[in-house]
Amino acid sequence: MQMPEPNPEILARKAELVARLRKALPADAVIDDPAETRAYECDALTAYKCPPLAVILPASTQEVSDALRICHEMGVPVVPRGSGTSLAGGALPTADSVILGVARMNAVLETDYDNRFIRVQTGRTNLSVTGAVEEHGFFYAPDPSSQLACAIAGNIAMNSGGAHCLKYGVTTNNLMGVTMVLMDGTVIELGGAHLDAAGYDLLGLVCGSEGQLGVVTEATLRILRKPEGARPVLIGFDSNEVAGACVSDIIKAGVLPVAIEFMDRPCIRATEDFAHAGYPDCEALLIVEVEGSDTEIDAQLALIEAIARRHDPVELRQSKSAEESAKIWLGRKSAFGAMGQINDYMCLDGTIPVSALPLVLRRIGEMSKEFGLDVGNVFHAGDGNMHPLILFDANKPGDLELCEAFGAEILKLCVEVGGCLTGEHGVGIEKRDLMAHQYAPDDLAAQMDVKDVFDPGWLLNPAKVFPLDASQARRAA
Amino acid sequence: MTPETEADLAEIIKTADGPLRVIGGGTRPIGGVSNGVRLSTSALRGIELYEPGALTLVARAGTPLEEVEAALAREGQRLAFEPMDHRGLLGTAGTPTIGGVVAANVSGPRRVQVGACRDFLLGVRFVDGAGRIVKNGGRVMKNVTGYDLVKLMAGSYGTLGVLTEVALKVLPAPPSAATIALHGLDDAQAVRALSQALGSPFEISGAAHLPGKATLLRIEGFAASVAYRAGRLAALLAPFGAAEVEDDPDAVAATWRDIRDVAAFHGRGGDVWRLSVKPSDAPGIVAALRGVEALYDWGGGLVWLLAPPGHGHAIRKAVDAKGGHATRVRGAWPEAFHPLPAPVAALQAGLRKRFDPRGLLNPGLMARV
Repeated sequence: MQMPEPNPEILARKAELVARLRKALPADAVIDDPAETRAYECDALTAYKCPPLAVILPASTQEVSDALRICHEMGVPVVPRGSGTSLAGGALPTADSVILGVARMNAVLETDYDNRFIRVQTGRTNLSVTGAVEEHGFFYAPDPSSQLACAIAGNIAMNSGGAHCLKYGVTTNNLMGVTMVLMDGTVIELGGAHLDAAGYDLLGLVCGSEGQLGVVTEATLRILRKPEGARPVLIGFDSNEVAGACVSDIIKAGVLPVAIEFMDRPCIRATEDFAHAGYPDCEALLIVEVEGSDTEIDAQLALIEAIARRHDPVELRQSKSAEESAKIWLGRKSAFGAMGQINDYMCLDGTIPVSALPLVLRRIGEMSKEFGLDVGNVFHAGDGNMHPLILFDANKPGDLELCEAFGAEILKLCVEVGGCLTGEHGVGIEKRDLMAHQYAPDDLAAQMDVKDVFDPGWLLNPAKVFPLDASQARRAA
Repeated sequence: MTPETEADLAEIIKTADGPLRVIGGGTRPIGGVSNGVRLSTSALRGIELYEPGALTLVARAGTPLEEVEAALAREGQRLAFEPMDHRGLLGTAGTPTIGGVVAANVSGPRRVQVGACRDFLLGVRFVDGAGRIVKNGGRVMKNVTGYDLVKLMAGSYGTLGVLTEVALKVLPAPPSAATIALHGLDDAQAVRALSQALGSPFEISGAAHLPGKATLLRIEGFAASVAYRAGRLAALLAPFGAAEVEDDPDAVAATWRDIRDVAAFHGRGGDVWRLSVKPSDAPGIVAALRGVEALYDWGGGLVWLLAPPGHGHAIRKAVDAKGGHATRVRGAWPEAFHPLPAPVAALQAGLRKRFDPRGLLNPGLMARV
């Protein structure tokens, strides 16, 4: 993985930069001791590391603005960071960059149940947003699996999803407004407690822009009343094709489950060994969850069961209680941990049209043999968002590279069948060099034009998202 | 000009020597008609892909909306964002296109539950003002690959590019629906009642208030579920009066079609304004204005105003005092789109300059440069 060479002029001005930042921010908000900046050398894509020049931890929009203005004046790149849980290297620094962490900005600014929104500082974690409203029976819908740790800032940067997107959408569908600081320190407000944009949908543009257009410091999020209840059904099949057809039939029947999760045999076996959830030993397993009152749930599950029966399942287990629900979810929720017990793994995030599922799983199986690396598939089947987990040994020379090559082939396949490289993790550095497989030069140029407008100097998280050769001229300009 | 292919369209734009007036079906001339040579997408027509089991449909931009809706209906599906038909309100004829729906980000009452047109837009192809053919997004529901120009194009009224193809997420059409009506509430009470319902777990898909007539809620789903939720809602809203439940499918559909299309203002003189505000602010904003008639949708978040000409500044001032925006949908003055703070306007102008460097596309409509 290539990153731009650090700019020696910036490295040489470190002392001046730090002094200016110290003057603008509280003393403990500027970190430049190499022993401490090491903590920020990577995010959850730990294969790549580089300590930043300095780290700043502002506590307010004003402090973010002051700090960005200084970095802008001195031409220093800034890498925004939420909680550092990015699987795509979204918060990976370069040696000449300042990490701007929003962790100290975690306050709830306003909760409004009549108008169904909450306004928070973006360092707040995803789960603690729900935590702030649940005693009133409300919740914040997007639920990435890192939700205990990940920050709203990062959710907005990557337009994070979760398991319940089929019904509730992803971050962009639940984000009503932001306060954002542009690289030159200008503070802007987009959206708010009302719906839809007054002009161009800049809010939609900012969401998912991977911290390249501005630093989002505050967010207005839509909150929803919790459903009366939710229960899953577990359905096992002896073929991926049949499981895929069942998903399609459920959707066509007019039921809109809140989640449809899919696991293939390698994943089922790994989780069974690890978590003992009592899953059947079969080729493919679906967990379909529906919401409502008890009778509404019963009616929907009965319909789903009737559809599934037509596909001759090897196992069908309807949850009748919270305990049974937890048991059904146990294996799925420990899938990543179970795979991690076996070996190191790389988690991919391509999305495919649901109809292409059997083909893609078959091809992944074939490639697994070609590359000699095992892979398990966990999958948000309702929306086509795949999570192949490729197992490798980080201590074995060449294994990481082999794993990355395998991953790249899987993602290219996703694009080939009409899907995309990343459904919810973001491009970061991980998929940066694959962008040309999904987008033609003009498609990428149009996106980079947007960055030119928001950040003409290409100082915000500059080495991400776009292939370095494609962005070279703009970064150098 | 009516190009039949995307390549022809790109050539027309590249070689244009003056402004182009981009038209889908021409039924939504919001912001007034800009000058320039008429450029119609009507020959870029047809559904290219429809996978009911994947809830996705891809159509060329000039495809008539009714063709899309008919194809979906045959599979028991629909455009969940419920795009309004502007013809009655604006006195236009013509055939609404799916591209026009996207270009104006047109949604209806269900927006309050499921989101706007932009929330269902998975991918676009367009030709920008430099003649550059651009695709963004795709046809899958979760996609964070690169910047979301899909959202940028929704509601940009053809000023950043001419749409040639749109990919949409569609949803099943539930078999049953009901309208729950409350009577005799003033605007503030009505919005409180709607808020209470929207804050319940009973999945409200429409929440409107027609002053002097009724306060209305819609629920949809399987018959037993609709009946159950109607009962629970009636009990929840008992402090606001006795609720009437209507579950005749045709009557429910007609009620919400009229709300969607602002039927109450059809054939009546005056300017029409569309306000997007925080729901609880809406009654106060309306009360601060004199001589206007109001309709509330989206639980109060969307206010339609019928106002005598000349009220524009007062309306904008009332909205600015609380937050939100006001669009002049019908009438002549002042500018149709709510003025933006300088730094945001500068970003808009910057985008316009990048995507339409010669200012060819619907000049004067949005983001003047």
